[in-house]
Amino acid sequence: MDRRFPFKVLEHIFSFVDSNEDRNSVSLVCKSWFETERRTRKRVFVGNCYAVSPLKVARRFPKMRSLTLKGKPHFADYNLVPDGWGGYAWPWIEAMAARRPLLEEIRLKRMVVTDECLEKIAASFRDFKTLVLTSCEGFSTDGIAAIASTCRKLRDLELRECIVDDLGGDWLSYFPETSTSLVSLDFSCLDSEVKLSDLERLLSRSPNLKSLKLNRSVTLDVLESLLRRAPQLVELGTGSFSDELDPEEIAKLTKALSELKQLKSLSGLWDLLPEYIPLLYSVCPRLTSLNLSYATVQMPDLIDLLSRCSKLQKLWVMDLIEDKGLKTVALCCKELRELRVFPSGADLDETDVTLTEQGLVSVSEGCKKLESVLYFCVQFTNAALVSIAKNRPNFRCFRLCVMEPFAPDYRTQQPLDEGFKAIVEKCKDLRRLSVSGLLTDKAFEYIGVHAKKLRMLSIAFAGDSDLMLHHLLSGCQSLKKLEIRDCPFGDTALLENAAKLETMRSLWMSSCFVSFGACKQLSQKMPRLNVEVIDEHPPKTRPDSSPVERIYIYRTVAGPRLDTPEFVWTIHKSPEVGVSRLSIR
Amino acid sequence: MDEFVNLKATELRLGLPGTNNVCEERVSCNSNNNKRALQADAENETETSPPRKTQIVGWPPVRSYRKNNVQTKKNESDGESQGIYVKVSMDGAPYLRKIDLSCYKGYSDLLKALELMFEFSVGEYSERDGYKGSDFVPTYEDKDGDWMLIGDVPWEMFECNCKRLRIMKGSEAKCLGSGV
Repeated sequence: MDRRFPFKVLEHIFSFVDSNEDRNSVSLVCKSWFETERRTRKRVFVGNCYAVSPLKVARRFPKMRSLTLKGKPHFADYNLVPDGWGGYAWPWIEAMAARRPLLEEIRLKRMVVTDECLEKIAASFRDFKTLVLTSCEGFSTDGIAAIASTCRKLRDLELRECIVDDLGGDWLSYFPETSTSLVSLDFSCLDSEVKLSDLERLLSRSPNLKSLKLNRSVTLDVLESLLRRAPQLVELGTGSFSDELDPEEIAKLTKALSELKQLKSLSGLWDLLPEYIPLLYSVCPRLTSLNLSYATVQMPDLIDLLSRCSKLQKLWVMDLIEDKGLKTVALCCKELRELRVFPSGADLDETDVTLTEQGLVSVSEGCKKLESVLYFCVQFTNAALVSIAKNRPNFRCFRLCVMEPFAPDYRTQQPLDEGFKAIVEKCKDLRRLSVSGLLTDKAFEYIGVHAKKLRMLSIAFAGDSDLMLHHLLSGCQSLKKLEIRDCPFGDTALLENAAKLETMRSLWMSSCFVSFGACKQLSQKMPRLNVEVIDEHPPKTRPDSSPVERIYIYRTVAGPRLDTPEFVWTIHKSPEVGVSRLSIR
Repeated sequence: MDEFVNLKATELRLGLPGTNNVCEERVSCNSNNNKRALQADAENETETSPPRKTQIVGWPPVRSYRKNNVQTKKNESDGESQGIYVKVSMDGAPYLRKIDLSCYKGYSDLLKALELMFEFSVGEYSERDGYKGSDFVPTYEDKDGDWMLIGDVPWEMFECNCKRLRIMKGSEAKCLGSGV
């Protein structure tokens, strides 16, 4: 008797399975489930573009409509990965263009995207709707113009913190007069001025536009005219907020802002002058998301603003908010779920802001829904961490950056081991953690024992020995991404826990004590790991004992990649070869 | 006039136009450093911040994009006022520059910087006779749209009123240079 469900029934059941993780699990049950699942998956997520070949992905998912890819390691954000390392979008775009012309959405993070890629997208996918590029580079405004002019059904065009070769603001004029489908537009990372009339006309004919993020060159005096044409906005990123306006202009702008009845998210606000803060009063009560991290507004003015934002769920701000400002947040923003506090000073020595651990303690006390934190602070204490953990066991993401490397608890001079122990003990749902300050191996023992749901961990200037890495790799069951810099451990832990690495997406280690010999051994032991050595100043000879500057290890079914630059070596699987640079050249 | 159109000045090379190895510390770089030099190694990318004793690459972990945007703002709000950016043009030169007037302490400071920037020299200034001894005359456009000789008014007044600078050459300069 055939006990299998008919395809149609399975298909229907699977249509309720959304998340990629669940779909991956479903596909492992049996062959027929694998087949049904793959034929029905619409949204495909590839967390490491080198983990699998584009061709395989294209073939496996015939109904693919949305593709999300990530390229470079996360530490590339902090200049630890040299330019030219890789992460090229082209092979993916090419493969999809040839095989999946019905693709509608492409989202890329930390990848190299060229104008050629963008032109290919524009030319190949007739129903193309969504392009979101985050922290990408390699393209110019010409490529954006190609997308704007050719994709008739374009809904979302978002450039988030990309490095773009900005050849001018003409690209905006390439949206055809007939295009009315825009839902979100984000060009906040571009430099040059766009023509006001082009922008006004675009807004006037885009009734579905919900999200608009302008760049800094859009001056305050034109904002009113833009908002008048888009009162339905839910998300607004302003341009520069500092030009001199006369009283009449101020009145008009105030009115225009108050007309944004659906506005939930506000960002941009570059150079926000204190005297213009009252203009924002009307939108504050409705705001759920506020990004002030580019506005160098001082604490008293911040308090003015934040005390009116009772519905705020997400706040990004600079340390200019100080402890006092965070106390106000704790009192007034009871819905807060996510807080990020960025450093405003260029140097570690700049201590003209009074932002201490107390600020975070206040928020953890007052904001009961707080679950995600990124906090830059000069120093910290164990007591504060213990309080914070006790107050908020619901943390899912806790990233603390104590900016002084190796800084101990400044009251007791002890390492911050006990503080982070409290965090991982109490916060059972913790998915992401960044640690800092003075930490011994003990801290990592605690993390290994308690942080069972932890998926991503970032470590810098910590630990005493190999034990640190051993605790983590043997303890953290759910660990998927581990990135480490400047820690004194080496080979033993790596080799002992080699199998663990295949259950993870990737491991990054820079300025640690990993030897070349260990890298070779690891690579031979684990056929489905790429062990990449990144070395901008390679030695003339590489004895096994020589330390390696940076290594990036990731699981893959695609074998060693063929696009490595001259400073990256993929360690060969055969013992005699050592390292190789396989290239198409 | 033609001999001044210096072909070398329009030569494509890395670096701001008008510079050889001139130290750029006086000139605020107004453009966001969003364009990465392809061969830059990691160290250079953090160089926008003033050097301090322990410069660690990639630390604190703040994205370059954010560093650059906040950096500009920090430079601008050093001291009491925001930067006073004005465009500078020179007759015959194929490029414009932009400078921050608040970086300079006074006229001699400013003129020295301009001389270096555009590779020329002004003559001797006197209140009565303007600039003598050079074909170049530094002028500025004030808020009323009038073209004035640099140096005629007190420095603070100049800072407030100056909309842009122009280094005039030749006969036009002579008219202006010889007094109001």
